[in-house]
Amino acid sequence: MAERTHKSKSTSDRPQDEVEATAPVTETGDKLKAELDDLLDEIDEVLETNAEDFVKSYVQKGGQ
Amino acid sequence: MALPKVLGIETEYGIVVRGGDNNPVSSSSMLINAYVSATARERGRIGWDFEDEHPANDARGFSLDDGLAPEIETTLVNAVLTNGARYYVDHAHPEISLPEVTTAREAVVWDRAAEEIIRASMDYARAQLDDGSEIVVYKNNSDGKGNSYGCHENYLVDRALPFGRLASQITPHFVTRQVFCGSGKVGCELPGRPPDDVAFQLSQRADFFEEEIGLETTLKRPIVNTRDEPHADAQKYRRLHVIVGDANMSEVATYLKVGTTAIVLSMIEDNELGDDLELGNPVPAIRQVSHDPSLRQTVMLRDGRRATALEIQWGLLERAQKYERSHGLAAVGEAIGADVLARWERVLTGLEQDPTSVAGWVDWVAKQRLVEGYAQRHDVRPGAPRLKAIDLQYHDLRADRCLARRAGLEQLVDQDEVVDAMTHPPTTTRAYFRGRCLEKFPDDIVAANWDSLVFDVGRDPLRRVPMMEPLRGTADHVATLIDTSETAGELLDRLGEPSNGATA
Repeated sequence: MAERTHKSKSTSDRPQDEVEATAPVTETGDKLKAELDDLLDEIDEVLETNAEDFVKSYVQKGGQ
Repeated sequence: MALPKVLGIETEYGIVVRGGDNNPVSSSSMLINAYVSATARERGRIGWDFEDEHPANDARGFSLDDGLAPEIETTLVNAVLTNGARYYVDHAHPEISLPEVTTAREAVVWDRAAEEIIRASMDYARAQLDDGSEIVVYKNNSDGKGNSYGCHENYLVDRALPFGRLASQITPHFVTRQVFCGSGKVGCELPGRPPDDVAFQLSQRADFFEEEIGLETTLKRPIVNTRDEPHADAQKYRRLHVIVGDANMSEVATYLKVGTTAIVLSMIEDNELGDDLELGNPVPAIRQVSHDPSLRQTVMLRDGRRATALEIQWGLLERAQKYERSHGLAAVGEAIGADVLARWERVLTGLEQDPTSVAGWVDWVAKQRLVEGYAQRHDVRPGAPRLKAIDLQYHDLRADRCLARRAGLEQLVDQDEVVDAMTHPPTTTRAYFRGRCLEKFPDDIVAANWDSLVFDVGRDPLRRVPMMEPLRGTADHVATLIDTSETAGELLDRLGEPSNGATA
């Protein structure tokens, strides 16, 4: 809504928390990136080997 | 006061046969038969009873009796399970309709149980197939080629609530809740648009909605479906049949989808929502919201203002918080309702500040992270088949292939509870009576459906036990009676005694 009356958690409520939050956020960011790297390794292992054929042959009849 | 929100989810799963004849109807039948024959003694002979099925009745007050009426397929496999669910073949897909439950948390437990039932079915079927072929099931809603299949929700609402107000007031939620319960999709399936016109979108289903309101479910799908088939006392109740949602892999997404919708419906029943969030053009809006993972675009409201999907969701949440203070949340379970509100606020905050912070809750965020991470690592262009393969395989229900299981999604319920729910019904609704009777007296039940059980105890004509009240036949009402009845005949006799009352 143009006047944006809702409680926007990011802006109005507690701007002073943002500075303190910087360090943990970076740490979390690094952790998330490491997790994603592990996850992508795993996807490389289990992803259908011939992706193009797999995607092409995945055909369903329409349902509800 | 709003009625207790008895609810359920029905999911049509995608199915393929790898290395064999890819006929979806016969493979769906085989999948279900493999499960039923492996898990039940005589239960295969308990059929579904179609007497109460009227999918052509329209909530706006008329009935379609011509060739356009949805057809019921009565010849295909159709089983009723001891957990109170229905497991059957529908439109060339295996489908599980969950037993009726009373809270969002129970919905998650039995939805996860349905996934385990499918997984067990794939194992049983694999053991029966001797040609090395394999049946593989996907919990998604589209094949990426313009064919969609549904994950429907059902909510008990008061018949006295005018349907027109219900339809117009629930629409803003149906258009915008996809920001947290969309399952994500690589590509676009809007007719006339190239598939890679949209690299990634929030929802599996949004491309398939063409009308604001209507009876159809398989073509020209409407955002609000008007099927009027309450499977309960039609003088008192409606069943709102919701066809607009995605099947979720994330437990929290299922929980929020069902939990927020039950709360919004309660507010509408109590006339506490108001009209100021209603949309100018819901059909273009549902696609536009889906096609905008930045969550920044605005849609027009009926009064001419513009708002983002998140702003509309904040508006709904604020009204829900106010409603909790003024009316309480008994209709959805006080404790679960309060938890849903808290998580609703957290998910909107996360989506607004940094969507990756809610990747453990929101399917589209989790999937987008995989797709974009993979594209970056392997330098793959948007729209490449490998990215679509990740999209499909996110929903692969085989444990060793499923990407959603590897995506770090938060688990809301215990695995022990889920395994128990594969064979046991919820205790809080009439599904308890259905499931317990099927477990204890399988040889004496000839047919079952949502609102009745038909017994054949040999000595009389067939006896139909009506269950027109979804909140009768619970464990509180009938557990002792079932536990202490040696035979189905004794159970029926005792049900007829005035002190016990019929379950109906």
